[in-house]
Amino acid sequence: MVTADLSAARRIHSSLSLAAPIRAGDLSRFMRPLITALIVLALVHGGLLFVQPTNAPAAELAGDGPQVGVVFDLGGRGDKSFNDGAYLGAESAAKKLQARVQFIEPGDGSDRGAGLRLLAAERRALVVGVGFIFTDDLIELAKEYPDVNFAGVDFAVGTDKFGDPIPPPPNVAALKFREEEGSFLVGALAALVGGSKKVGFLGGMDMPLIHKDEAGYRAGVMHVCKDCTVIAQYAGVTPEAFRNPSKGKELALSQYQQGVNVIFHASGSTGLGMFEAARAMGRGHYGIGVDADQYGEAPGYVLTSMVKGVDNVVYDTIRRVKDGTFQGGIFSYGLKEKGVGYVYDARNRALIPDSVRARLLDIERDIVAGRIRVPSTRS
Amino acid sequence: MKLTLLLMLQTLRIAIPYLFAASGGVLAERAGIVSLTLEGFMLAGAFCATLGSFYFGNPWAGVLMGLLGGCLFGALHAVATIRFKADQIVSAVAINLMVVGLTRFFLRLAFDSSSNSPRVAGFGRDGNAGALATFENPLIWLGVIVMPALAWVITRTRFGLRVRAVGEKPEAAATLGVSVSRIRYRAVIASGALAALGGCYLALDQHQFTDQMTAGRGFIALAAVIVGRWMPIRAGIACLLFAFAEAMQIQVQGAGVLPSQFVSMIPYVLTLVALAGLVGRAVPPAALGRVEG
Repeated sequence: MVTADLSAARRIHSSLSLAAPIRAGDLSRFMRPLITALIVLALVHGGLLFVQPTNAPAAELAGDGPQVGVVFDLGGRGDKSFNDGAYLGAESAAKKLQARVQFIEPGDGSDRGAGLRLLAAERRALVVGVGFIFTDDLIELAKEYPDVNFAGVDFAVGTDKFGDPIPPPPNVAALKFREEEGSFLVGALAALVGGSKKVGFLGGMDMPLIHKDEAGYRAGVMHVCKDCTVIAQYAGVTPEAFRNPSKGKELALSQYQQGVNVIFHASGSTGLGMFEAARAMGRGHYGIGVDADQYGEAPGYVLTSMVKGVDNVVYDTIRRVKDGTFQGGIFSYGLKEKGVGYVYDARNRALIPDSVRARLLDIERDIVAGRIRVPSTRS
Repeated sequence: MKLTLLLMLQTLRIAIPYLFAASGGVLAERAGIVSLTLEGFMLAGAFCATLGSFYFGNPWAGVLMGLLGGCLFGALHAVATIRFKADQIVSAVAINLMVVGLTRFFLRLAFDSSSNSPRVAGFGRDGNAGALATFENPLIWLGVIVMPALAWVITRTRFGLRVRAVGEKPEAAATLGVSVSRIRYRAVIASGALAALGGCYLALDQHQFTDQMTAGRGFIALAAVIVGRWMPIRAGIACLLFAFAEAMQIQVQGAGVLPSQFVSMIPYVLTLVALAGLVGRAVPPAALGRVEG
């Protein structure tokens, strides 16, 4: 009885509100379900954000060897670069050395150091931070957990007031790359097969880390072609310059149109625009990838890639932990240690003549033997 | 001569995403809703366009999906700011951050990568970078006419008149029987769609989506809106000016005449100059950003 009364009242009420003039700010009836749907969608989306493993164990590779923890840099797995390299290295360590590896992917903006701390607190045999961003966290944690071994890929070694490097704590291995040596080789390659006196370089953010690549590349070009010019351009002066493919495409197009045939990029996903520009220009225009083998981004237009052997370096460090030969200190990986190199395989062999390959092998031997000094800064 | 032509074409290509986004910005701001969301709308458009083009194998399907994505986030912003009277700037920042997170999440879900999607169908062919190639992209044409079309809508149509009315004096518009919120809903949702077209252009020209590929273009477009004093044609000219500065920067950087940092700050300096009122007073729509009780 009461219910019937209520529903009747509601009917009257709703008919009243229908009769009332529509006020500004009042939602018409057809908008209401739409808006409800949108709110639900937004909530679902918001909920999905929390599903993303933030600071949660992302994966674990089981084994009865050394207990290893790896914390990824921003982007995490699937970045087709650094993090994937570290994953590969840890994966092969799990297979060959029976390492037990735990991976942590920090979420966007979350406390990266927390991932390292979690692993250190578990007293893992080795805790690896992938990316220079972990430098300060590693130094701090190494002091708190002197019995845990740490390693930092691309660890940024500071210098004291005399310009001498400050050694990391004794239980931290600073894993560094001599990118300039790899860049030197691809520079020589670009000049030898480009068929043009102009050679291109595309950097991401205008900063010393990238100048290192440019310096090596420039020296490599000049080594084989004294009268060549290197057109070096940067996409910007902020970190956004590493993820601006459209800008990269325009920069590369303007270089190709000036007569450059080969461009080497060190610019993150901005460089994907360079490959797109090479495609647009068509046959005879090439890009050189960086960090990992980027052949798949534009098959036929990728001359080679200057690769950093993050996988080898991570594997090597885990091996030393297993052998009990782990030591702190600065470890520099160049051509000699197979820490850097360039891709030469079945897919791009056709683009590189045998004579050029032989020349590059000579140069590589000279660098390894110290007969060629490769600069690491722009003069 | 050839260099001039290439420079002009490059300016146009760089300007297109600005033009789309700025047109969305003009429309929403003229209706009284702050357009700090352009960046998010563009990124959403770029991602949805990539998804559409990937699943249907056709760039036009991508454009359609991109438009839908822009509408969706436009509607979200509209609901938050109009229905729930949220602070427009807070809502905009939230949407921008949310789009970054969502695109990254779905990028991994759909393509198992945190960096970029695979190559999808887009506009432009391999081995075709001649002067005319630029005009083979239909979105270029659309981008060229978007500002004149918007100018016509805003000054010559009933909807445009109402948009201006609710942006300047919503109380007066309401007194005359115009539903302020309905006009604002339409304007904000349409602004989402327009800005998303800018994202579609970026993604389909690049044939792929990459994480945060809009790289701050939405904010430059908003600057163009302000420099253009909320008028479509002037905002369009501001977009072209910013794009020209960027194209120049690409050219002089190669030549090594000026430091690149100097040239890349031109858009921001222009915006400051405009805001300081040095090129005529920059008077925003009177009701811009106001939350009515």
